[in-house]
Amino acid sequence: MTAAVINGKQPAIEARNVTRILPETVPVTLVKDIDLAIFPGDFMAITGPSGSGKSSLLYLLGLLDLPTTGEVFINGRPTHDMDEAERAAVRLGTLGFVFQFHFLLEEFTLLGNTMVPMRQLGRFKGAAMRERAEYLLEALGLADHMHKRPDQLSGGQRQRVAVARALANDPPVLLADEPTGSLDSKSSEQVFQILSDIAGRDDRAVVAVTHDLDMAERMDRRVRLIDGRIVADTVQTDTMQAAEPA
Amino acid sequence: MTLLFDIAWTHIRGRLRQTIVSIIGVMLGVGFSIAMAGLMQGSQDDFVATLIDALPHVLITDEVRIPPRQPATRIYDAVAISGLQPRDDRRGILNPTAVTAGLRVWVPGTFSASLSGQGVIRYSGKEQGIALTGIDPKAELAVSSIEDDIRQGSFEALTATANGIVIGDTLADNLGAELGDTFSVTSASGVLKQFKIVGLFHTGISVSDNGVGFVNLKSAQILLERPNAINQIKVRLNDVNTADIVAARIEAETGYKSVAWEEANEGLLEAFKIRNTIMYTVVGAILLVAGFGIFNIVSTIVHEKARDIAILKSLGFRQHTVMQIFVLEGLSIGVLGSLAGSVLGYSLCWLLASIKFEIKGGPAEITHLPIAYEPVHYAIAIAFALASAGIAAFMPARAAARLNPVDIIRGAT
Repeated sequence: MTAAVINGKQPAIEARNVTRILPETVPVTLVKDIDLAIFPGDFMAITGPSGSGKSSLLYLLGLLDLPTTGEVFINGRPTHDMDEAERAAVRLGTLGFVFQFHFLLEEFTLLGNTMVPMRQLGRFKGAAMRERAEYLLEALGLADHMHKRPDQLSGGQRQRVAVARALANDPPVLLADEPTGSLDSKSSEQVFQILSDIAGRDDRAVVAVTHDLDMAERMDRRVRLIDGRIVADTVQTDTMQAAEPA
Repeated sequence: MTLLFDIAWTHIRGRLRQTIVSIIGVMLGVGFSIAMAGLMQGSQDDFVATLIDALPHVLITDEVRIPPRQPATRIYDAVAISGLQPRDDRRGILNPTAVTAGLRVWVPGTFSASLSGQGVIRYSGKEQGIALTGIDPKAELAVSSIEDDIRQGSFEALTATANGIVIGDTLADNLGAELGDTFSVTSASGVLKQFKIVGLFHTGISVSDNGVGFVNLKSAQILLERPNAINQIKVRLNDVNTADIVAARIEAETGYKSVAWEEANEGLLEAFKIRNTIMYTVVGAILLVAGFGIFNIVSTIVHEKARDIAILKSLGFRQHTVMQIFVLEGLSIGVLGSLAGSVLGYSLCWLLASIKFEIKGGPAEITHLPIAYEPVHYAIAIAFALASAGIAAFMPARAAARLNPVDIIRGAT
């Protein structure tokens, strides 16, 4: 099996025949036989009803969870034989996460929260690190709040900080799990616009799990899951069905 | 690493009250450990110093540890001798002048040859046993500190008074005798001799004060009917710590039993070891309880910060790194507690040392608790506290590191 290459681009993340089964008393299949390639610049929505395996697929693509069978490749590199430390290193340098809840460190300022991944990776250091954190927060409309703590902000503002933190190490892929799920409509729109702006810039891929079909409609590519299987993979421009369930 | 410190610090600062209680726990453990160790070591040092001062560092006697082999058994392997009766009377140390001269060549210290024996004092209708030691006063003063313990008269008066005797003040009180009084001493063989009290000493050791007397060597040899004999050589070394080695070599060279002060007081020194073991066990228990406090706070933080752990792991923090954060929290409490405990320990030592005690018994004197200020006590207490803190934090830290971020994120959403 070879990695799919489209328009000369290698997938940033590729799932090949991925199945995840929870080993409960009665085993629960979260996702089954998933073949999915996420390319640089993709602005992709993963949709589907509750319990269809959207978040589970995102966690598998983000190396937060391990497939029961199948393989996940990051930039063409297989991850199934990586140990915990190697997977953590890939997450730190290659992937950014935004969750439904912001999960900011309450004791740190916005600037501090944004710098956490950079301090851990060490790609940006000293003044350059601080400048980048300030730049990201300014770009996300938080210039006046940099030294505030998360509990001094609205939900939408906190989620924007989470986006800034996810972008801190300049990852080629941003994975978002219901990023607007806990926000009001105005904040949702702001966060969506930010994700939309990010996607495609410098070939960065943005993958967002969402219940919001209106939001999904406005994204370039939509993957729909039902009962853990991909039932549709459509691209906005030609509405082409690119993948069928197995 | 500074990021880990920052995160750890924010965690423990967020639980300030619990953190302070844990720090106090460690502080008390370390503080009392240091104070107890200082007090015990101080009293031990003081006791040993008194002991070393009062007793010879090495005592050579006319005994032998292993009876010499008979000539026949040395020559013929098949010979076995049984029922051999040892000679009843010990002959003393043969040719003591030569023995002492031989020792002077290589033993760094001073020597005093003496003859010891038992006698009975009779005075104003009372009888009391006494351990008599015949000595050369000048040589004796070179190996013992008896002169410092003289309360009346003088030790050197023995030189000028041929039938002089120096006894303990308690013995004199029991007899009702005073300085200048004369009493008779009868030896085991029935020889009677008159002695005049020329000095009274008080060592604080009741066995000595109530039953020991010093006379001139010649007088002792006459009383005990052992002319020109000596049965002991006392050695005072320049370096008391070499007593064991020197004693062993003396015994090897002369054949006479040589006992170092450590061997003579082996039981006592063993008792000190047992006492120290008990002390460190108690201190260990205190620090163990403090460790439970640390375990409790770190466990609570791990529980409270499960979301933070999940996000840190999703951001790319390794399990090992997450564990480091929580171990750092425990160690931070341990370090702060140890520092505060060191200050407390020093203060307690200072306080204990400043307490005055009036001791009555003989001349009234004021003394202080003997306290040792040893860096090793601080090092042991701090090492134990940090180990306790590290182990206590390690268990919840490991649990934190093993948390599955997906479980927490799913739970949160």
